[in-house]
Amino acid sequence: MLATIGVGSLQEIFERQIPEAVRLGRELDLPAGLGEQDVYEHLRALAARNTSAEDELSFLGAGMYDHYVPALIDMLMERSEFLTPYTPYQPEISQGGLQVMFEYQTAISELTALPVSNASVYEGPSAVAAAGYLASLHNGGRRFVVSAGLHPHSIQTLRTNAHGYGAEVIEVPLRDGVTDPDAWAAAIDADTSAAIFAQPNFYGAVEDAAALSAAAKAGVGAGPVVIAQVDPITLGILVPPGECGVDVAVGEGQALGNRLDFGGPSFGLFAAREEYLRRMPGRIAGETIDVDGRRGFVLTLQTREQHIRREKATSNICTAQALNALAGVVYLSWLGRRGIVELGELLLARTHYARELLTGLEGVEQLHEQPVIREFALRLDGDVAAIRRRCAQQGVNPGVDVHALSGREQDRGVLLVAITERRTRKDIDRLVGVLGAALAAERDAAASSKVSVPA
Amino acid sequence: MSPIEQTPMQRDHATTIFQKGAAGRRAFVCPDVDVPAVDVAALLPERFRRSQPPRLPEVSEPEIVRHYVGISKRNFDLDSGFYPLGSCTMKHNPRLHERVAALPGHARLHPLQDPERAQGALELMWNLQGALSEISGLPHVSLQPSAGSHGELAGVLLTRAYHEDRGGRLGIGQPHKVLTPDTAHGTNPATVTMAGFEVVKVATNPDGGVDVEDLRAKADGDVACLMLTNPNTLGLFDPNIAEIAEIVHGVGATLYYDGANLNAVMGISRPGDMGFDIVHFNLHKSFTQPHGGGGPGSGPIAVSERIAPFLPVPVVVARDDGTFDLDHERPKSIGRLRGFHGNYGCFVRSYAYICSLGGDGLKDASEAAVLNANYLLARLKEHGVAEYLPLAYGDLCMHEFVLSGGPMKRELQIKTLDLAKRLLDFGFHPPTVYFPLLVEEALMVEPTETETKETLDAFAAAIAAILREAAADPTLAQDAPYSTPVRRLDEVAAAKNPMIREVLA
Repeated sequence: MLATIGVGSLQEIFERQIPEAVRLGRELDLPAGLGEQDVYEHLRALAARNTSAEDELSFLGAGMYDHYVPALIDMLMERSEFLTPYTPYQPEISQGGLQVMFEYQTAISELTALPVSNASVYEGPSAVAAAGYLASLHNGGRRFVVSAGLHPHSIQTLRTNAHGYGAEVIEVPLRDGVTDPDAWAAAIDADTSAAIFAQPNFYGAVEDAAALSAAAKAGVGAGPVVIAQVDPITLGILVPPGECGVDVAVGEGQALGNRLDFGGPSFGLFAAREEYLRRMPGRIAGETIDVDGRRGFVLTLQTREQHIRREKATSNICTAQALNALAGVVYLSWLGRRGIVELGELLLARTHYARELLTGLEGVEQLHEQPVIREFALRLDGDVAAIRRRCAQQGVNPGVDVHALSGREQDRGVLLVAITERRTRKDIDRLVGVLGAALAAERDAAASSKVSVPA
Repeated sequence: MSPIEQTPMQRDHATTIFQKGAAGRRAFVCPDVDVPAVDVAALLPERFRRSQPPRLPEVSEPEIVRHYVGISKRNFDLDSGFYPLGSCTMKHNPRLHERVAALPGHARLHPLQDPERAQGALELMWNLQGALSEISGLPHVSLQPSAGSHGELAGVLLTRAYHEDRGGRLGIGQPHKVLTPDTAHGTNPATVTMAGFEVVKVATNPDGGVDVEDLRAKADGDVACLMLTNPNTLGLFDPNIAEIAEIVHGVGATLYYDGANLNAVMGISRPGDMGFDIVHFNLHKSFTQPHGGGGPGSGPIAVSERIAPFLPVPVVVARDDGTFDLDHERPKSIGRLRGFHGNYGCFVRSYAYICSLGGDGLKDASEAAVLNANYLLARLKEHGVAEYLPLAYGDLCMHEFVLSGGPMKRELQIKTLDLAKRLLDFGFHPPTVYFPLLVEEALMVEPTETETKETLDAFAAAIAAILREAAADPTLAQDAPYSTPVRRLDEVAAAKNPMIREVLA
């Protein structure tokens, strides 16, 4: 090979191109390579030091949920034909991936009742930020009004991005667990680019989405772009965003057939009304025909995208989450038209059961009385971190310590409990027993520490 | 190879999952409602309830499997053949990585698990950060960005935070421009706009590197950053990099490294040593995260000391007692770029790759990538090819090279697009076409280190055969492909009248 190239050595190729001053004159200081079995053992040992949802009874949620992923999804995601291609730049040999995108877009449009969907963005909170950017392109506004019920990560991600292009983020507080309607209406003015809320909100409460949308549009002029972060698993039973005045629906797609994976990769869904189609970020697959008239699919409306429009693009996104979106559409096909409703009703029933029993415990109050579907917030009388540690010793993870996640003072003492179809009545009963005992033990510990303090 | 009759796959009309199945068919068996029955209407007022279920497919599990296995066969993939897509680094994806990423301790770990009970994951992230730091020659790493362009956005926002920290809000007389070469990936200028900066292009010199005089003329107090890929998108290492860094730093700007082409220099040359302040990595290029047909990717960033205070939160830290934690208390941080901690599943795969190869192996990989590219380039310089597809710039190359199809278009009447489409009939994925923009009829070829000499020879032979065939009859390439599941598609019609979902009954 060297003779064909016309060099005397491999080193010559580098020496002729890279100035000596910037060549690394030593070996990389990294451990020596390992054989496959040794790498497996190392990665297995690391995995063993994590307590996963396989190892404890977990009620963690707050954006990602331990739903069951059917085995056929693992099989399809590991197929070489889906796992190993690049983005479909050559449509003639990428019809499989392009058709999956087209089917995914159809499924997301159906779920959200919004006519246009892209083929996925990264994940939930960055999808919220992407929707904010779309709004600022659409109306030139530099002001975002967000509900405090939006996931804290979504608010933080929106702020990070908005700071770049000089937009401000104004937070509207909650009242009785949902977005305060008076504060919401008062915060939205003629300069507001987007009004953003979550459905259900971060604390599990179902918002009056139609009322929030209508209030946002009530002023003079076109009004802001109304953006909702939705939880797709609830959309079998919850009125879809397209039917309550929402312009752009985004959301975390993990619940649809994707693993927890310590937070990623998953996918972000992004759907909108028709008028936003040409400002959408990311890939969009479209139907067309080939020269012989056969039905086929291509990446379309690419003049929005960075590789064509460069600095005038509607987004910089290139690689998105195609494989995770595949899992999403396969999961939705697996659930099916009736299954998504049944699953929603099961979650509703079990969540109600858990909420009733847990609020019956001494030292537990519900944070709000609003309807909930799959997650709810409780206020504990005691130190949440200490109570959670006691539960963990019994093999139960009772939920998310909200203050640790949000950093908000008013979230001290708040526990967010999530239910999936994997958490049975028996599991919920066990949670009730373990949490009750942990609360009691904390009360006893607090009482005895008071007693032992010298007068 | 000549035009053929319809293949069996071409005879199959594409049918979506929404067109299959029948009313009442299903795969999912919902668990019994094991808790006391509830009145849905009481728990969820009617105005909040969906009136009609979403029209999802009604299909059985065997139907789902057969449908998706069937359409998967209409994809070309890296496991099936050569995929020399320039700037995309389509190297082999070891199956071990899928196995370890699927271990429940990784795959079913909730991102909000308490750090003390996710020590394995945090140690893995810490180790990966350390490896990326050593490879890049920069001391601090954040794994959070979700892909390359997300890493770019992080980098430009870090630049903004750095300048604001030094001089308040940016405005006239303050840094508000970002320089990008005219060879840059499209993500660079798009990112600059999203981060609220203005794009200024820097010209390319006759050797394919940055035009240093043009850079010098444009580098002033208005400039916040220069974004550079090195080796650049022409596959050339810029020999003036030290001088470029000096000019950029001289006006107080940062130097950003687009890591798309890192596969050329691992263990050979480090961006930090070249003077870069911020680097992004593409774990889905250099570090074998499978591309998945368009993601997931992962775009960690490494930065110098002066940029470190602004890194996104949370940051993985090692405590004195040997444990690991997530640090959220970073007052100068730009904030969060996404939910949770990044694409951990990709970290597992890329970390497994680095463990497999070690420092020596990574260097070997880059050396083999550059050797393969130069060998394929040499084969394509042979008689019968180079007259039509000359190398656009330079003599040798790094891990990829760019040919110009200009002479081919003029003399053989076939465009680069036609060559690419005809390659499909020969069983190859074509190289990247029409990029970078400054090369006429560009063809950008990146073979990677995991291809054999036999594959490279076969690819060179296919190019030569297509050119010979075109000399006799250009319509063969002009009408190609013939053997693919569908033939050339009408992209203009697709954009003019967008049909982006199935019409449902």
